[in-house]
Amino acid sequence: MLSDQDRIFTNLYGLHSPGLEAAKQRGAWDGTKFLLEQGRDWIIEEMKASGLRGRGGAGFPTGLKWSFMPKKSDGRPHYLVVNADESEPGTCKDREIMRHDPHLLIEGCMLACFAMGAHACYIYIRGEYVAEKHALQKAVDEAYEARLVGQSNVHDFPFDIYVHHGAGAYICGEETALIESLEGKKGMPRLKPPFPANMGLYGCPTTVNNVESIAVAGTILRRGGAWFAGLGGKNNTGTKLFCVSGHVNRPCNVEAELGITFRELVDRHCGGMRGGWDNLLCSIPGGSSVPLVPADQIIDAKMDFDTLRGLGSGLGTAAVIVLDRSTDIVAAITRISYFYKHESCGQCTPCREGTGWMWRVMQRMTEGRAQKREIDMLFEVTKQIEGHTICALGSAAAWPIQGLIKHFRPEIEKRIDRYTANPHSDPIPMAAE
Amino acid sequence: MANRRLAPASEQPESFAFSPENAAWAKTQIAKYPEGRQASAVISLLWKAQEQNGGWLPRAAIEAVAAELGMPNIRVLEVATFYTMFALEPVGRFWIQVCGTVPCDSCGARGLKEMLEARLGPPGHVSADGNFSWLEVECLGACCNAPMVQINQDYYEDLTPESLGTLMDDLAAGRPVKVGSQIGRQASEPQGGPDTLTDQTLFDGSRIGAWRKRFEDTAKPEEQAAKTGEAASSEQQAAVNPKPAKPDAGRPVERTVSDAPAQRAAEGETPVKPEDRADAAERGRSTAKHGAARPGDADVLDSPAKRIAEGEPAAGEQGNQETPQRDTVPQQPDASGASAGEVAAEAEEARVAGALAALPQDATPEQKANAVGTRPPGLDAARAGRPDDLTRIRGIDPDTSLRLNGLGIHHFDQIAAWARDEITWVGTYLAVPGRIDREDWVGQAKALSAPAQ
Repeated sequence: MLSDQDRIFTNLYGLHSPGLEAAKQRGAWDGTKFLLEQGRDWIIEEMKASGLRGRGGAGFPTGLKWSFMPKKSDGRPHYLVVNADESEPGTCKDREIMRHDPHLLIEGCMLACFAMGAHACYIYIRGEYVAEKHALQKAVDEAYEARLVGQSNVHDFPFDIYVHHGAGAYICGEETALIESLEGKKGMPRLKPPFPANMGLYGCPTTVNNVESIAVAGTILRRGGAWFAGLGGKNNTGTKLFCVSGHVNRPCNVEAELGITFRELVDRHCGGMRGGWDNLLCSIPGGSSVPLVPADQIIDAKMDFDTLRGLGSGLGTAAVIVLDRSTDIVAAITRISYFYKHESCGQCTPCREGTGWMWRVMQRMTEGRAQKREIDMLFEVTKQIEGHTICALGSAAAWPIQGLIKHFRPEIEKRIDRYTANPHSDPIPMAAE
Repeated sequence: MANRRLAPASEQPESFAFSPENAAWAKTQIAKYPEGRQASAVISLLWKAQEQNGGWLPRAAIEAVAAELGMPNIRVLEVATFYTMFALEPVGRFWIQVCGTVPCDSCGARGLKEMLEARLGPPGHVSADGNFSWLEVECLGACCNAPMVQINQDYYEDLTPESLGTLMDDLAAGRPVKVGSQIGRQASEPQGGPDTLTDQTLFDGSRIGAWRKRFEDTAKPEEQAAKTGEAASSEQQAAVNPKPAKPDAGRPVERTVSDAPAQRAAEGETPVKPEDRADAAERGRSTAKHGAARPGDADVLDSPAKRIAEGEPAAGEQGNQETPQRDTVPQQPDASGASAGEVAAEAEEARVAGALAALPQDATPEQKANAVGTRPPGLDAARAGRPDDLTRIRGIDPDTSLRLNGLGIHHFDQIAAWARDEITWVGTYLAVPGRIDREDWVGQAKALSAPAQ
């Protein structure tokens, strides 16, 4: 088990003060100037050596991402944008960082900006997090007051940090949509290329990083990339905040090593499975957009990027939704479909039309009011949506349904049989609505 | 997408103006953004307008914000209707948003919705006393404390229908309420208190500066052997097991990473294999997004198809229901989002941008292109005086076609033969970075130049 000494977010549960003095006692802002003096290249090399993969869902190596920024400015300013638009269902980790350990985030922003030649950083926080916005703003004000950040600060690196408040759109968690939103437009994703590292916020080189990826930077640089790489497994290094929700006895956020098994995560940290292990139906291991994994496959699986991908799912944001046998799994996936229908930005036709279509068919399948050949049709439609949109939302809407059909097809068929076994006055409709 | 309209004219107030203190606050928000980028403050200002107007946004407020920021009204209207937290119709004094997404749904949000429906009627209506209105919303990001609601700006977590009822009574009566968990949890720790983060040395400041030892050690290499504790063990471990960061995405895919374009690029091969390109051209699809659908990939995972091929039952060990064999085998999701192909493209783009940044501002397209790639060989004139119609390639317009002719490129087979650095050269010369790959000009040209027509 991960020792407390190796945990990065020491105030995860808010049992201690989030204020500057207490944060310094816990090790934030400790020798930041010394780290900056090691130079840009050292920081990026150290981040690469740590093997840190982005914590926002895609798992893109953070050090590599930073190295994509132009080495020399061509006259345009560089920006760091921190993605705090945490809205993937099941995910509630960044919220804890922002309200309980905000100074780790602010310090990480400064280090990341220095490494990328940026002098301004925007933190885009989701609209619903009003209390978190105030907490973060308070910490930023404290940092300005103590001259840790600002135009002339004790670190001799001019650096401004701003908190930007969103207004409730899941799609703004996509990096280019977030940039659009930050520019004061509707949050509709942009085509890539050009990538943000070349043309991002206001047409300037920009890097967008998740809160957790940035907040761990200070500790990684202090203790060394090798320390971080020593935790977890090969290619899946370090610690990660897991958000365990659903049918476990004590749902919670917890920082654990990547590669902890599902069983250990639930038994050790979450008080065990509700009703015992035999009661586990399946788990959605990485936020609602990854396919579910049935009990027998997930139970002893390692929770890391590569193992879960091998199971046809993904680690995503490590938002582990645990579902027991009392769950109506078809209804649960239908609810996820509704989520994507609601959150589609409406830019690309396959997603705008497809998410609604899939939801309507899924609704009928929940009742069994469908025909068996529609299952294949639905599957085919998810394949038509997946990968045919500008951003990954279309794919994210398709995957949960694909996972359901793959693992629970007999359940859907059972419902259809049950429905058709009884006389109904209405004709059974077909999918072309 | 949600269908959102402004409130009917009968409900709209005549006019709206920011109060003096809110107007001053608006100035501080605008000051966060660079000169001329005041539009970035639009969401903040709309928030303030909504707050000042009792929780909803009338048309007059949208127009006032547009005037303040120098934006056209329609742009602000777009923003107000796009983001779901702007209420476009009047709401109750206490605006209850119930999270109904899966983690909450599976932990009892349905009970909350039934209770609210019974007490307040259907969503979206203000109760008769003007105190409450409610709506089911999507994930509010407090999943470890499910089920939960947001009332105005505050989160109330770990609810039951009964505790929500009590909470509403207290709010209506003006009694003080406790924000956050309703069952005594501090935040998202396990109920009954955490069993992690109990080491008091984390909080007493005794760890400050301990990490500097590692730098002192590296400064004195002769003492390296004397390293102790955490630094030594982790560095030793890292030496045997370096775990380099691999540029692949965490999205679910069924391909092995070793076949990713990024991997090939790193090994000095062509990122996209010629046969993949041809394959893409045939099907008129992009390889980056459909690579996983090829038949060879069935081997990678334990799929029903593979099991059938190996003579095992299709349902595998799971076997909870008998699954008849099917024609269509459900396939694993393949890559999207930050796929491996995108990683290669982004790395390439970063290289090009770096090279271009080193050039003077007034460099000609040709100079820029020479800095990043190799000029493809051209012909003095079209062979036999009969050039191909390059505009048949999707993505090449007549203007681009003329510029290509200027480079001595007249035939499909010339484009079909472009190598990676030549594509980069042409892309930079024409100032269309990435487009040649995105629209797969080379693949299209190959298809068009294929003989036997």
